[in-house]
Amino acid sequence: MSIEINDVHKSFGPLEVIKGVSMTVAPGEVVSVIGGSGSGKSTLLMCVNGLEPINSGRVLIDGTDVHDRRTDLNKLRRRIGIVFQQWNAFPHLTVLENVMLAPRKVLGKPKAEAEAIAVEKLTHVGLAEKLKVYPSKLSGGQQQRMAIARALAMSPHYMLFDEVTSALDPQLVGEVLDTLRLLSSEGMTMIVVTHEIAFAREVSNRVAFFHQGRIHEIGPPSQVIGNPQKPETVAFLKSVL
Amino acid sequence: MKYTFHWLPALRALPDMLWGALVTLEVAVLSMLLGVVFAVLLALASQSRIWILRAFATSWVELARNTPALFQIYMAYFGLGSFGIYIDSFPALLAGITFNNAGYLAETFRGGMRAVPDTQMRAARSLGMGQIQAFRLIVLPQLFRVVYYPMTNQMVWAILMTSLGVVVGLNNDLTGVTQELNVRSFRTFEYFALAAVIYYLIAKTVTLSARLIAWRLFRY
Repeated sequence: MSIEINDVHKSFGPLEVIKGVSMTVAPGEVVSVIGGSGSGKSTLLMCVNGLEPINSGRVLIDGTDVHDRRTDLNKLRRRIGIVFQQWNAFPHLTVLENVMLAPRKVLGKPKAEAEAIAVEKLTHVGLAEKLKVYPSKLSGGQQQRMAIARALAMSPHYMLFDEVTSALDPQLVGEVLDTLRLLSSEGMTMIVVTHEIAFAREVSNRVAFFHQGRIHEIGPPSQVIGNPQKPETVAFLKSVL
Repeated sequence: MKYTFHWLPALRALPDMLWGALVTLEVAVLSMLLGVVFAVLLALASQSRIWILRAFATSWVELARNTPALFQIYMAYFGLGSFGIYIDSFPALLAGITFNNAGYLAETFRGGMRAVPDTQMRAARSLGMGQIQAFRLIVLPQLFRVVYYPMTNQMVWAILMTSLGVVVGLNNDLTGVTQELNVRSFRTFEYFALAAVIYYLIAKTVTLSARLIAWRLFRY
């Protein structure tokens, strides 16, 4: 039961953005991925749940090869939630409907049950008051928390977070990070791509530093952030801290 | 200048004209339904990888949008006639307006598809929805909102275009009936004024009900 990423290569046309990345995420572990923009961090997440195809290597989720043709990706994705930088709320559905939709239509749960799950998850992220509201009436931070609840409603084993605070106003970052803290305290297995170095240091079991499509350094935060070994890591941390 | 409006002949003609208005609506509604079907196919064809499909769609859209509707109806009636294909006034008018509707709506739909960001599809797929399911539940409702008002405009335009049926011999729609009455009695002003009022009321009813439905439908 784990996410295994094994020597993954990924190119967009002639541009190779991931140049052989390997890493394993154990159950209950929180791995933060840090690094400059364009270093391939976000693309890696898309490759993990099969939203982007890879050129070579393997990604195994609980032993299932994500990029095997025979794998039913729709089924596999029920186990891996993802939250995007641009929260991608479904604008034509209320907050409650946004969260209920996949449990109903993908998992086939009855309406009452799907609604109960949605209310529970929305309460969990602090949106119990906003059930009947349309996303356009929510702040960015609230929309992002709704997106997290929407992913959680599928009861995923793993959660992927793709720079979920990057598009938010500074004063809204805190509430979203609190939600992530809550999830990690509950033992959710997570890969968190982030620019919030302090946050990464606080919640992660391990931190991976991405640079030019490769993992340059990976280890406990006390090492990668507290006492970086590689000059690239030192330079990056200096630029963001 | 003094003109006495003759109310009596106008009132006597009203029932016939209202029956004509029903035919007008029939043509307009049918031409919209068919127009939407063809427009979806054209919008898809214009994105196709097969160049002949793209060329076909482009030609259709270009002709429909850049030639008079009158010519398009003429072509269906007299144009096909010169190839030995004779069709009645009603189907000729229907074909002409459908051709026009499809051309305009194809562009509307193409724009609509661009207006819904790809990230919506991506978010839906990430929740485990299949391609078609995601399109139906997430993309289509948003697309529908974008194309809704252009579609109601086209509906009004279709109603008004039906009046061109008179040039291909249609005599039972609102304009056809009015023209028949006119040649019998020469009360041109009375009859056409009345017809104009009826067209106006139909068009207004369509616009207002569309707005009411939209208010009910698009709560976000």
